[in-house]
Parts: sequence; C-alpha cells; structure tokens
Amino acid sequence: MKTFTYRTATALDDGLEPGATFLAGGTNLVDLMKLGVATPEVLVDVTKLPLDEVTDLPDGGLRIGAGVRNSDLAAHPRVRRDYPVLSQAVLAGASGQLRNMATTGGNLLQRTRCRYFMDATMPCNKHSPGSGCPARSGDHRNLAILGGSSSCIATHPSDMAVALTALDAVVQVSGPAGARSFPLGDLYLLPGETPHREFTLEHGELITAVDLPGGSGSSAYRKVRDRASYAFAVGSVAAVLTVAEGTVTDVRLAFGAVAPKPWRAHAAEEALRGRPATRESFLAAADAELAAAEPLRDNAFKITLIRNLVASVLEGLS
Amino acid sequence: MDLVVNGDRHTLEMDPRTTLLDALREHLGLTGAKKGCDHGQCGACTVLLEGRRVNSCLILAVTLDGASVTTVEGLAHPVQEKFLEHDGFQCGYCTPGQICSSVGMLDEALSDDDPPELSDAEIRERMSGNLCRCGAYPNIVRAIREVAAR
Ligand SMILES: Cc1cc2nc3c(=O)[nH]c(=O)nc-3n(C[C@H](O)[C@H](O)[C@H](O)COP(=O)(O)OP(=O)(O)OC[C@H]3O[C@@H](n4cnc5c(N)ncnc54)[C@H](O)[C@@H]3O)c2cc1C
Ligand code: SF4
Ligand code: FES
Ligand code: FES
Repeated sequence: MKTFTYRTATALDDGLEPGATFLAGGTNLVDLMKLGVATPEVLVDVTKLPLDEVTDLPDGGLRIGAGVRNSDLAAHPRVRRDYPVLSQAVLAGASGQLRNMATTGGNLLQRTRCRYFMDATMPCNKHSPGSGCPARSGDHRNLAILGGSSSCIATHPSDMAVALTALDAVVQVSGPAGARSFPLGDLYLLPGETPHREFTLEHGELITAVDLPGGSGSSAYRKVRDRASYAFAVGSVAAVLTVAEGTVTDVRLAFGAVAPKPWRAHAAEEALRGRPATRESFLAAADAELAAAEPLRDNAFKITLIRNLVASVLEGLS
Repeated sequence: MDLVVNGDRHTLEMDPRTTLLDALREHLGLTGAKKGCDHGQCGACTVLLEGRRVNSCLILAVTLDGASVTTVEGLAHPVQEKFLEHDGFQCGYCTPGQICSSVGMLDEALSDDDPPELSDAEIRERMSGNLCRCGAYPNIVRAIREVAAR
C-alpha cells in the first residue's frame, strides 16, 4: 500500500486537497489501496460527520444520510415497510460484517469488480487510461451487456444502487462550491472513450444524503449469483409496480450487474405502462429493453437471465 | 492513538496503513483474529467493534481512535461452549471469526424490532460472511442454533 496522510473531515463543504480521497467504511477503498489500484495521498475520513441518520421528509419520503451503514438501512422500520425493494437489495449484498461497515455513499461509489481493474499489473483502460481492455477477449462472463463501449465493459456491482434507481432516488451533494442535488442516474457516466471517468462529482464534492420520494407501489428485488450467498450479482432486477384492475398503471424497473451503472429500464417501462399485468407483457417489456443488448462471447446468458427475472419479479408483485 | 481492546486501553503509534487486524496481531500480540484473505472475503478476521461484527482486515486502525474492540480472547459467551460440544470446527483457523461473527449475529437478531426466526437457513444466510475451508458448516449451524433457541 502506498503511504498517505490521514485526517478527519470537519464540515460538509470541507472539500479535498489535490490527491485526496474521502474514506467511509473503507470496504472498497482500503481493498483497492491494498491492491495498489487506488493510491490516494490523503485520506479524509467522513465517518465522523453527522450523516448517519434516516429521517422522514415532509412529502412522505425518506432522507438517508450518506453515512448510514448498510445494515442499519436494511433494518430501518420505514425502509422495511415502505421500500422493501431497498431492504431486500441491501441484504442481498456482501455479508453481515461488511454491511455493518459499508455506508450509503460508499456503496453508490464502489468501483467495478472487473478482475483486470482489480489487478494493477494488468492493462485496463479504467485504471490506466489508454492501456487497453483485456476483458473484451478475456474474462467478461460477468461484465456488461448494456451501456458498454469498445473501451470498457465493466459493470457497476452494487445491489443497493439498483433498488435506489428503481425508487427514483435523488442524490444530495455538498462541496466548496455549494450544495446541489440530482437524480441518482446522473451520478454515473457511461464509459464511452473515457472509462476512467465514472462519476459526475467534482473533486471534493461529498455525497451527504440520498432522498426517496414517498408513495411507492409494491416493490421487490431479486438477485442471481454464483453461490447461495455472499457473492456479487450475475444479474439482478429491482421493480416497483402498481396494478389497477389487471392493468399496469405504473412501473419502474432497474437491472443490476449488466451495465456500467445501475440500469434504469426506461424502454421496458414504456412498453409495459397501460398493458395487462400478465407474464406475456412482462416478457415483451423485458425484450423491449434487451433489444439493445450487445453481449460478448461469454455473457449472452445474461439476456435470458434478466428476461426471466423481470417476468418472475413482476409476476410476484402483481 | 488510543484503542480499547477487550476492556484494556492501549496507546499505539502506528503507520497509518496498519489495519485493525495487523494492529491486533502485530502490535498487541492478540493472534485470535486470523488473516485469511486480507480482502474482506472470508471472515477469519471478524472482531466486534463497539459490539458490532466487522472485518478487521478492511479497517484502518487510525480511524478508530478511542474505539472499543472485542476479540475472541475477550469473549466468554455460551456459543463458545456449543462450538466445543458440537465440534463446530476441524482445523480451527476460521473459528475465532465464526465465534465473533455468531456473537454479533445473535445480538443483531435479538435487538431487531421485528426479531427473525433463526431457522437453519436463516443462520446460514446470516453467517455467510464466514467461510470454513474444512466445511464444518453443519456443526457450526448446530452450535449456533442451540444458543439461539435459548
Ligand atoms: C468480499 C466483498 C463482497 C461484497 N459483496 C457485495 C455485494 O454482493 N453487493 C454489493 O452491492 N456490494 C458488495 N460489496 C461491496 C460493498 O457493498 C462496498 O464495498 C461498500 O458498499 C462500500 O461502502 P464503504 O462505505 O465501505 O465505501 P469506501 O470503501 O469507504 O468508499 C468507496 C468510494 O466511495 C467514496 N466515498 C465514500 N463515501 C463518500 C461520500 N459520502 N461522498 C463522496 N465520496 C464518498 C470513497 O472515496 C471511495 O472512492 C462487497 C465487498 C466485499 C469486500
Ligand atoms: S472492462 Fe473496463 S475495467 Fe475491465 S479491463 Fe476492460 S477497461 Fe478495465
Ligand atoms: S482476512 Fe478479513 S475477511 Fe478474510
Ligand atoms: S475449521 Fe478449518 S477452516 Fe473452518
């Protein structure tokens, strides 16, 4: 591990000196520092900031502090009652120990698990811009079928972020230039020609909270992984559904582990709104989204996987 | 920095790169917590931080000034006897992590607003962050189940 200096953040708009990085639960950042992939010169610990509360919003929604630990989020009574998709997604991720450490902010900003990215000795356009992408012809079984580019096909590995995407979450950030907020989908950049640029945050901008709107439909999260527990997703689906008299009146869908960001399935939603809540229309909706998929040699199975997941999650909710 | 470990306060001077796991093992001579993978993937390094189970290999010690840590050396919990009674281990390498994790897990279940029923499947899910290369899982689950039932 490269050496660094350590300090604690004292205010939300502290910002960051050049070469500095925020540290939250450390479950991703410390790992990447050990691997030599992350080499911050200064670590600024944000866990002492008062960002660890979940509070009710006036519109019936919920504000989740960026420092709320994943385990506390999943167990929060209102999250369990009103946003089961979120509780389920968080509990489907990592392990009890890791969830006690991992924070909301850190979870959203965790990096890809692409094996070449996690190996500083390998070429990788993300950790060493311009060095190439060995995953294209190499190990890409768990990489993207949507939203990738010829430069990078990494997937965003978070479960929590997929549920938050389906819930229309809004990210609150604060920095030396002031505070702002935007939909979660706008936090992430698609790789294009610049896969080393992953987030829209400015250097020194701190995520302070994630807001959920009130009044969702019924919701659920399903994740498929290579072993029964404690593994990253191979594919996952978060869904929020409202059905009236057999017709889909509102639906929000997001896919995990298939794209460089938690993938909001707008085309599928469009195809489903106003349609009968039947397996047939669920599959047709999935197809509408997956028509854009660009699978490689070893990950085409994800198309079928997501298609079936969409149908089974929506059937479970209707 | 100050760290309270198993009730004793220690003042430590360390490179900021030192993980809690290395601080315990190398600086305090507490070798109960084990280094399995050093990347959060096995649970052998599990300890209790302010009573909550965590992977000590992914926590920088410098972030813990004033915090309180419990390692397997500081535990006297019924689950330990049950591990012995039911042969909840073979080589024993994962055991300190399994013990700390099960103590943390039982506490999480007990303090839950809506306490879960700790069926075998539920215990397995909640203990999935602790791998056992020897495959002692059936006896580990048995040991925990008996404590949970009380
Ligand atoms: C073995 C293992 C298995 C895992 N399995 C899963 C899984 O199945 N599903 C899943 O979703 N995740 C999984 N994870 C990943 C885990 O969820 C993330 O590592 C964790 O959520 C990151 O949160 P953190 O607080 O520890 O972030 P850190 O590691 O502290 O930080 C991550 C990044 O976020 C930045 N950051 C943190 N907080 C802020 C903030 N408030 N504002 C701005 N920047 C910030 C940091 O600078 C850093 O770049 C697993 C991890 C491990 C090690
Ligand atoms: S897919 Fe992206 S992260 Fe993986 S090797 Fe290629 S450029 Fe690197
Ligand atoms: S040594 Fe910490 S999880 Fe394996
Ligand atoms: S008893 Fe040997 S690893 Fe678990």
